[in-house]
Amino acid sequence: MLKKISKIPFKGTDEQKAKLDAVIAECAGDKSLLMHVMQEAQEIYGYLPYEVQIMIAEGMDVPLEKVYGVSTFYAQFALSPKGKYNISVCLGTACYVKGSQEVLDKLSEILGIESGECTADGKFSLEACRCIGACGLAPVLTVNDEVYGKLTAKDVPDILKKYGV
Amino acid sequence: MENTNLVNIKINGMPLSVPAGISILEAARIAGIEIPTLCFLKDINEIGACRICMVEVVGARSLVTACVFPVAEGMEIYTNTEKVRKSRKTTLELILSTHDKNCLTCVRSGTCELQQLCKEFGVDDADAFKGEVIQYDFDDSAAHMIRNNNKCILCRRCIAACDNQGVSVIGANARGFDTHVSSAFDKDLADVSCISCGQCIVNCPTGAIVEKDDTAKVLEAINDPEKFVIVNTAPSIRATLGEAFGMHIGTNVEGKMVAALRRLGFDKVFDTDFAADLTIMEEATELVERVKNGGVLPMITSCSPGWIKYCEHYYPELIPHLSTCKSPQQMFGATMKTYYAEKMGIDPKNMVVVGIMPCTAKKFETKRADQSAAGVPDVDIALTTRELARMIESAGIYFNHLPDEEFDQPFGESTGAGTIFGATGGVMEAALRTAVKLITGEEAPSPDFEEVRGMKNIKEADYKVGDLDVKVAVASGTKNAKVLMDKIKSGEADYLFIEIMGCPGGCINGGGQPIQHAVVRNFVDLKARRAAALYDDDKKDSKRLSHENTAVQKLYDEYLEKPGSHKAHEVLHTSYVPRKKYN
Repeated sequence: MLKKISKIPFKGTDEQKAKLDAVIAECAGDKSLLMHVMQEAQEIYGYLPYEVQIMIAEGMDVPLEKVYGVSTFYAQFALSPKGKYNISVCLGTACYVKGSQEVLDKLSEILGIESGECTADGKFSLEACRCIGACGLAPVLTVNDEVYGKLTAKDVPDILKKYGV
Repeated sequence: MENTNLVNIKINGMPLSVPAGISILEAARIAGIEIPTLCFLKDINEIGACRICMVEVVGARSLVTACVFPVAEGMEIYTNTEKVRKSRKTTLELILSTHDKNCLTCVRSGTCELQQLCKEFGVDDADAFKGEVIQYDFDDSAAHMIRNNNKCILCRRCIAACDNQGVSVIGANARGFDTHVSSAFDKDLADVSCISCGQCIVNCPTGAIVEKDDTAKVLEAINDPEKFVIVNTAPSIRATLGEAFGMHIGTNVEGKMVAALRRLGFDKVFDTDFAADLTIMEEATELVERVKNGGVLPMITSCSPGWIKYCEHYYPELIPHLSTCKSPQQMFGATMKTYYAEKMGIDPKNMVVVGIMPCTAKKFETKRADQSAAGVPDVDIALTTRELARMIESAGIYFNHLPDEEFDQPFGESTGAGTIFGATGGVMEAALRTAVKLITGEEAPSPDFEEVRGMKNIKEADYKVGDLDVKVAVASGTKNAKVLMDKIKSGEADYLFIEIMGCPGGCINGGGQPIQHAVVRNFVDLKARRAAALYDDDKKDSKRLSHENTAVQKLYDEYLEKPGSHKAHEVLHTSYVPRKKYN
């Protein structure tokens, strides 16, 4: 699936930059560490926006397009930031057959974002995930570390209400 | 070659000894067998990805990719079995399953490698595999080209060509069925630091990347009785245009080219070689002045707009090293719209200057700022060699049977120095020929500066001119230019003068040149053959020094005063702009 590129303005801090610079300083000179640097950068920023990928490209002396190519190839890299509340809907087999796609669609409809995106106010992000091992509760979603199970699409508005929607 | 370096193999039952370590593809060629490749391009793209070159090797578990699989002692290879043919056909059918099969109106129809293979392998069901097809938007944002990913077969040759230029603004993005070639963050090509060299175009096997076609504009101008339409042809066109009409690589078709242009209806058919000679007068003078007055050195040539754009994006801090001379195309246009327009009593607004160029970056160059000596653009339209070939074809001109005709005068006069501008090292050699005269007052003992010729990536030479030590360097392909630029930045470069051409091998291998299939390019040194035609022309020329060009001399006498004059600067020089690497 094509990744969504966030249009939310980049809000990186000096502190984050200093952290990434330190990672790059350690790894520069060995291009095989590109993936590692990208993983670290995602830890620091939560995602890999244009500005961060440029820092990586320049620091590692790798063309920006190559960094972007890697970031769009591997599912682990995100091009959209995580919201204050990251909602993750399980699309693993058990949840899927129990109708988790409808749950995801309902979230998408109410929040006005698609899977892989973040709301403009930075409050919610939405993603589909693989099996989280709570099949007994299928279909299941998580909001940050909070788990909600045995859901139907009708439960979605009530869950969102708890987070101020 | 010693026997120890040979291995004995059999191809289709035929025994033969071939050098150890070469690929099955190369060995088959020795045996007179052509194996098709869609992704493989020697020295550029050697990734074994497209699977069209599969052959059977006795004892191997499955078919192997001939392009990258090395031969070994005792190997038995079959290139044309039922299994091989079936595999290739299936591969083609799978490629077609997502391919925009709009061949009738495709500019590459007839020169498309995919189309040819489908014909050869009898792919008679283009819809053998039906399924989802992604519809991609065209990217026509850049001045020089259009990308149509609906015709892309993901061979990755364009990516390799862009990497080979040290530019790398395109790559394979996303994954699996969504994989597509685009720029970082899927930005339009006009919004990334593409240098417009067009190397991606000449390496594309299909119609996924094509130059922007400006032939309609030219026809419109020719058909407009108000317009005085002047065409000029870059040095390298005479060495490559014949290829578009099936002639041998390296055939000089100057006479037929002029005849064809005349039949197309241009009012004047002039030679950009004239402007190349003019460029040398200005550039050699600029170099001598920089040496005398402590100007910025080394000075770097400015004829190649792909190179200029590269410098502006990637080394903006080195812009002061660039010669301020306009390129020959632009000098030509500027001369037409000032001096010639005045002389002929034509309003420059009614003059249309068309350049036939080996280059796609020339399309971008015509739109640059500070390129309008007469208040209107110096050059109106830049066509590639391929576009000219199409115009000739569609006008029903039987190119191969045309008589040889001469350029119109006065701007049909040129010297051998102007002609060799089309190959790497040519501008340097032409400049040296004239610089010797400027510095010492005497002609060079020989016009041949062999050290700067040839297809090496970077060439260096040291000449003693009078009391001056002239150390020069020549690079072609911007990846090689980068090596020299880094040397300048680190202070290691003790050169006086550097020639850079944006495309590997120079204009003869420009992004606007006729496209040769991989089956040719994998075994023929296209660059060397085309360049040889230019050096041969130079050798035969009665005049080989730019300062001997009487049309150039007259232009200075009547209009520009002398090389490097105030007037010459107004008409023939330009400026550059720092550009960002990331927008």
